[in-house]
Amino acid sequence: MTQTPQHQETSASVSACRNDFPALQQEINNHPIAYLDSAASAQQPAVVIETVAEYQRYDHANVHRGVHTLSHRATDAYEGARDHLREFINASSRSEIVFTSGTTESINLVAQSFCRPQFGADDKILITHLEHHSNIVPWQLVCEQTGAELVVAPIDERGELELERLYELMTDDVRLLAIAHVSNALGTINPVYDIIREAHSRDIPVLVDGAQGVPHMAVDVQALDCDFFAFSGHKMFGPTGTGVLYGKEKLLDAMPPYQGGGDMILEVSFSGTTFNELPYKFEAGTPNISGMIGLGAAAAYLDSIGLRHIASWEQDLLDYMTRRLSEIEGVRLIGTAANKASVQSFLVGDIHPHDLGTILDHQGVAIRTGHHCAMPVMDFFGVPGTARASLALYNNRNDIDQLVMALATAREIFS
Amino acid sequence: MTATGKQDDDVRDLYRELILDHARSPRHFGKLPHMTHTAEGINPLCGDKLKLYLDVADDDTIRDASFEGSGCAISVASASLLTDMIVGLEANQAIRYFEAVTAHLVGDGKMHGRAPVDLGKLRALEGVREFPARVKCATLAWHALHSALRHDAAPATTE
Repeated sequence: MTQTPQHQETSASVSACRNDFPALQQEINNHPIAYLDSAASAQQPAVVIETVAEYQRYDHANVHRGVHTLSHRATDAYEGARDHLREFINASSRSEIVFTSGTTESINLVAQSFCRPQFGADDKILITHLEHHSNIVPWQLVCEQTGAELVVAPIDERGELELERLYELMTDDVRLLAIAHVSNALGTINPVYDIIREAHSRDIPVLVDGAQGVPHMAVDVQALDCDFFAFSGHKMFGPTGTGVLYGKEKLLDAMPPYQGGGDMILEVSFSGTTFNELPYKFEAGTPNISGMIGLGAAAAYLDSIGLRHIASWEQDLLDYMTRRLSEIEGVRLIGTAANKASVQSFLVGDIHPHDLGTILDHQGVAIRTGHHCAMPVMDFFGVPGTARASLALYNNRNDIDQLVMALATAREIFS
Repeated sequence: MTATGKQDDDVRDLYRELILDHARSPRHFGKLPHMTHTAEGINPLCGDKLKLYLDVADDDTIRDASFEGSGCAISVASASLLTDMIVGLEANQAIRYFEAVTAHLVGDGKMHGRAPVDLGKLRALEGVREFPARVKCATLAWHALHSALRHDAAPATTE
């Protein structure tokens, strides 16, 4: 295949970044590590690790409180991270960037502060069959609390949404649509632009679960016009326990606080409390300061490489991986949508995914096995679980070749 | 031997022929026509589930045993070996095997003052000792056995 000059430039800029990740410079069970589990949690580049370490070493204090030098430094670094993240998803204002512990907390915040106070027995919340448990269970809980009904839009055998059915389910009583940008188990990229436009034409606000989207493609929340966008730090090369809820300012403004405590107040007395302005109204207590500073560094790192380049690099790798896997006798690919990112779930003959996982690990290949916190997806395909290889910017064709060789060993052991 | 060779041996030791044989053709698979005890075993980490059925006579002899469910090669082979092993035993002897298997796979293998139990072909499971993440697959059926004989209402879990 001839490569365009642009493609070569992309390959050069992205392929070099594997060296930025210390964890990928080691051997596992005497093989070079082939880390194909970034959809579960991505590795961190040295710049994230160092940024966090420097902060811990020299700049740590509580934020938004003291007048001393370290408190200033900590506050500047923490709020600087918010600016990076605003830019990362192109939110119009830093007030719209609420720091959370991850996608899960972001979604729970919307369920409890946006839905719970105003939804009732005549209302519906619409989700889809391909959601992660974190975009199912918070809605089930708020439905129990309010009497609202949870409605699930179907998928087809390729793992794509049945869009016509989804649009039919957008009835007048639907008060929120919550949908994944990219399916964590199937890799399907949902056509979120079209879906949001369709939902808005029926006055339905939309939450996008962006956890599996942001590490792989540029996200512009203003262009998307989504009402809420939730994502996690550790899937985009930042620390665990970090995440963001983006919300349109007028929605966030109208919502009551999610948790009470320090930092989220302007004034407290026993006769009442005045809440702080956005986004602090939703950030009670001392936050994960070092984690969010690390997440800011991760966002800056991704911007420095360019998500357009990353997406193109990964698309090429995903095509290669899908082709190599489908050449193996007895392999069943789960999730074959036309538009996919990063992830391929599969089964090999009747070998249980956990047995595959153990044999692969012994050849340095890390994959995820099991239900991927998406049990309804597993039920749809009639499997207890799958093996899932997932890619990130630091992977290359050697990782995939190593996976294919390890699968040959597994087939031989189970032959 | 190279280190890589040792790793390779470990994984082949885990999936030794007896394990693969029981995983491919599990013995005593299905429901019993007559049962007195049953228990479910769940491994919440991987979603593996199995049901164990026992037919225990009035004199506490296990007349028959079977299981159903889905799981990895290790958990299915372990359940198959278990059902093969306990038919004809008294309930308290079966409990002794539970103790011996879990001690052998998880602990130091000692029975702490009690008489040692000859594990026989259950030793085929000992490959998991090198694979801490997989020990629970091997012990799932045994926890279900313990739970069935103790008449626990809740499903046995590996957690």
